[in-house]
Amino acid sequence: MRTQQEQPTIRLAPSASMRIRRFFNAFLLITRGNPNVLLGVIILAIILLITIFAPLIVRSDYTQTTTDLRLPPSSEHWFGTDAFGRDVFDRVIAGSRVSLYVGFAVTTISVVLGLIIALFAGYFRILDHVVMRFVDGLLAFPTILLALALIALLGGSVNNVIIALSVTGTASKVRLVRGQVLSLREEQFVEAARAVGSPVWRILFIHIAPNTFGVVIVQATFTLATAILAEASLSFLGAGVPEFIPTWGNIVATGKGYVQVAFWISFFPGVFLTLTVLAVVLIGDALRDYLDPKLRGQFL
Amino acid sequence: MWRYTLVRILSAIPVIAVVGIITFSIIHIAPGDPAAIIGGDEATVEDLQRIRAELGTDQPIHIQFIRWISRLAQGDLGTSIFSRKSITELMAPRLQPTLSLGIQVVLLSTLLGISIGILSAWKAGTPIDRGFMFFAVLGFSAPGFWLAFILIWGLSVNLRWFPALGYSPIGDGLLTHLHSMFLPVAVNSILSSAFISRITRSAMLDVLQEDYVRTARAKGLRELVVFLRHAFRPASIPVVTVIGASMASLATGFVVTESIFAIPGLGRMLIEAIIRRDFPIIQAMMMVVATAYVLINLVIDILYAYLDPRIRY
Repeated sequence: MRTQQEQPTIRLAPSASMRIRRFFNAFLLITRGNPNVLLGVIILAIILLITIFAPLIVRSDYTQTTTDLRLPPSSEHWFGTDAFGRDVFDRVIAGSRVSLYVGFAVTTISVVLGLIIALFAGYFRILDHVVMRFVDGLLAFPTILLALALIALLGGSVNNVIIALSVTGTASKVRLVRGQVLSLREEQFVEAARAVGSPVWRILFIHIAPNTFGVVIVQATFTLATAILAEASLSFLGAGVPEFIPTWGNIVATGKGYVQVAFWISFFPGVFLTLTVLAVVLIGDALRDYLDPKLRGQFL
Repeated sequence: MWRYTLVRILSAIPVIAVVGIITFSIIHIAPGDPAAIIGGDEATVEDLQRIRAELGTDQPIHIQFIRWISRLAQGDLGTSIFSRKSITELMAPRLQPTLSLGIQVVLLSTLLGISIGILSAWKAGTPIDRGFMFFAVLGFSAPGFWLAFILIWGLSVNLRWFPALGYSPIGDGLLTHLHSMFLPVAVNSILSSAFISRITRSAMLDVLQEDYVRTARAKGLRELVVFLRHAFRPASIPVVTVIGASMASLATGFVVTESIFAIPGLGRMLIEAIIRRDFPIIQAMMMVVATAYVLINLVIDILYAYLDPRIRY
């Protein structure tokens, strides 16, 4: 039994436990350099838990209007009630689902699509010119302007907000990753892969793509932050997610006219929104410092 | 230098062309008839016909594009579907509030952002630095419309220092104008100075490690002189890029603040157009804003090449 265990084995990949240990070591390293990140992780963890367990936390039917109009925060209505007598706390909790869903969906679509387009554009010269001019053109529009125009056409809904925000998100990922691909293309390991006859998809996805992940992960956190903010701005302006589906942005909008008499309607969803974005930015900052200490202190 | 300037100007042309193509085609990407989308549910057949004729969508698409581009080239931004007035005329009175907001915000946020950034770099690692930088991240995280709400609640509802809504044009007197613009200017300046201060701080910290800064200190120059004359000048290059790039986010901020504070500027005009689905106005706005963005960045790039000869080669 013992001799069998002591036989030398060749490990092709780190074991699961070693990966977890490595992850924790990296995490410790990140937090030591930047204690703020711990704050970010804690806030985000709480918000994610709230989002996951939202159906258990929500106590009332927040879509139903009642006669308890604009009640101030109390033990019964923690965040008070809005102009239609709906519980603001329940709406904020329910709204966290939509706000985060839009944020994560936009980030996933932008990163995946942006990575694929950038890999091909960076590798093939002819494609590069066409794609990059198009990307330059798209990025000349402020995100909100392009999104507003698209939503005016497509109509306001959760999916259309995701589509509208993913357009700019993808374009900015393409610009970022394509620059990386351009320099990676000239590396020796790519030349070696080409020399042994690797097919193009293998060179792109197995050899080049993993080397861009560091930059992409950092950028993804900022995309998440800006997507959550942009969705909130669109919904606040009444051109995003329709009012009957609560999101942090459109809940703030429902309190717009009641600053003097019921500030709590707009105040609390804004706190959730700010804390979530703050947490994501703090984590992104720390990741960037860890992956590339040269860029310390710059974001976006 | 001339060569660089010329190449840079020429490189902006395809970008503006692509901006034009995107702006033109945006109305055609939605499934269905654009006239039906604009007209809404209650539009009659005659309404649709009229809108189609006004949009020119009863013509083949290449004819539409050529007509649209040639009108643009003559400075004609089109005609609003609802008021039937020329968009250039509609935009003219909206320009002053937005420009005034823009100039104030750029000046104030640059001043604030750079001073805070230099102060933080000076006191790097101390509680002052940490405090400023934490507020900078907070400023980046807070949505503009919520910050506006907090300022209205605090400064206008409770303290009654500033009006919550309403706009007094410069014609009413400069002080009245600045007073009415204080809250919207403050909201946008807080957001963009948060960004500028972080970039300034990191650029300063980079430069402060250079040999010539050590030489300057070794010569016995006062710390203030070292900071402002030797370190800040080279550090200002990335800062200027950021200010140029932040023009795009300023546009976002203006759309939101103009709608909150009821400022009759271009941002509010855009929102009104979006609600009415007045596509010629939306397209005109897209064209103007994106072209302005490309041109501002073009000017900044060329200015750089003058400031930093390394860029030219």
